[in-house]
Amino acid sequence: MYSCGRGRGGIWSVKGTHVFKEGVFQVTGLTELFLTFARIGLFTFGGGYAMISVIENICVENKKWITHDELMNVVVIAESTPGPIAINCATYIGYKKGGLPGAVMATLGVTFPSFVIIYMISRFLERFLEIRWAASAFHGIKLAVGILIIDAAIKMIRKMKKRSLSIGILAVSLTCVTAANLSGSHLSSLTLMLAAAVVSEVAFMVEKHFK
Amino acid sequence: MIYIDLLIGFLEVGLFSFGGGYAAIPLIRDVVTAHGWLDDEMLTYMIAVSESTPGPIMVNLATYVGSAKAGILGAVTATAAVVFPAFILIVIIVRLASNLVKNSYVQAALGGLKPCIIGIILATGICMVWQNCAAKTGTGAESEVSRMAAAGAEGTTAGLAAEGVSESLAGLGIDIRAVLLTFVLGAVYFGSRKLLKRGISPIGLICIAAAAGAAVYGV
Repeated sequence: MYSCGRGRGGIWSVKGTHVFKEGVFQVTGLTELFLTFARIGLFTFGGGYAMISVIENICVENKKWITHDELMNVVVIAESTPGPIAINCATYIGYKKGGLPGAVMATLGVTFPSFVIIYMISRFLERFLEIRWAASAFHGIKLAVGILIIDAAIKMIRKMKKRSLSIGILAVSLTCVTAANLSGSHLSSLTLMLAAAVVSEVAFMVEKHFK
Repeated sequence: MIYIDLLIGFLEVGLFSFGGGYAAIPLIRDVVTAHGWLDDEMLTYMIAVSESTPGPIMVNLATYVGSAKAGILGAVTATAAVVFPAFILIVIIVRLASNLVKNSYVQAALGGLKPCIIGIILATGICMVWQNCAAKTGTGAESEVSRMAAAGAEGTTAGLAAEGVSESLAGLGIDIRAVLLTFVLGAVYFGSRKLLKRGISPIGLICIAAAAGAAVYGV
């Protein structure tokens, strides 16, 4: 069931949770989880879906911590739960490998590199913007960010299940937020989201009732 | 107290950001502007920085806002808060309720949440482009940048001519340079997908936009 090899990756069994009953391996296992996910966190630009291919490469093909089907299952769960997909995957794999401590270490690992990088950037960004060419460059970048956000939304629309209710909800929330923004009034996204969830839930119950 | 505000604000973001990084942007914008922590300008810059550095966008944004407002402790607080809900939910799902996400009532609620979020993201993007293209006469970083850009453009005769045109259009409330630049960037970004296999990456677009911004608004 599980091998006790000393080499990297060798300490992991096929059903790896056994490893953590052995006190000797516990430190090694947790450290390896942290380091592996720190590496994943450090080299994935472009967010969620880019990260899945890296996780697939390292955790499925290389270390064989979970199977491909399991990873796809995590992605489905990640899409239905809030939070970044990377965090969801790290927590899931960490938990499978080492219970709660494993989940904590994997999650810390995947967060750590970007935390350090952004913290350092935050120390000098405002001063950096006082340089004229930097301010001009960021003025151009600002325009690109708008395009990127619209692009992200378009991609999500393409993947969305197009039922009349969901298209209606999309149209209403688009109109409400645009109107609120342009008129300068405040509209809480949370209120809108809760309303949409309630409407959808009621529609589902009504549909079920009349079936 | 700032730490408690950061904690509650980013727990909220972490708990409701269904659909990954970009879904968190409108929520973070709500939290940040409600507390007056950052203006839209800085937030937009940080979105670009988050996109160009490794790691999930919402974690990067949380770290930045926390750090900018309350130093290293603030950064830790905000980052932990934004990650916590996702962490707990996954642990619960693995441990107790592996069928929770398949439950039809949960799916029904998600079926309403997702299109709503997409609408909010789309609206945020459209309004961002709209506001970027609207010439602002008010004070703040925006006019500071355009004044500096104007000073840079004055050096050349072409710059002077462009300045004259943009001045008259600014009277109509349109920043012509921003409109043209947005149009060109959009054409390059979406057009590249027709020519290249995968098109230009977001980081690629940000680099092009930075170079174009420096060229158009002056070095």
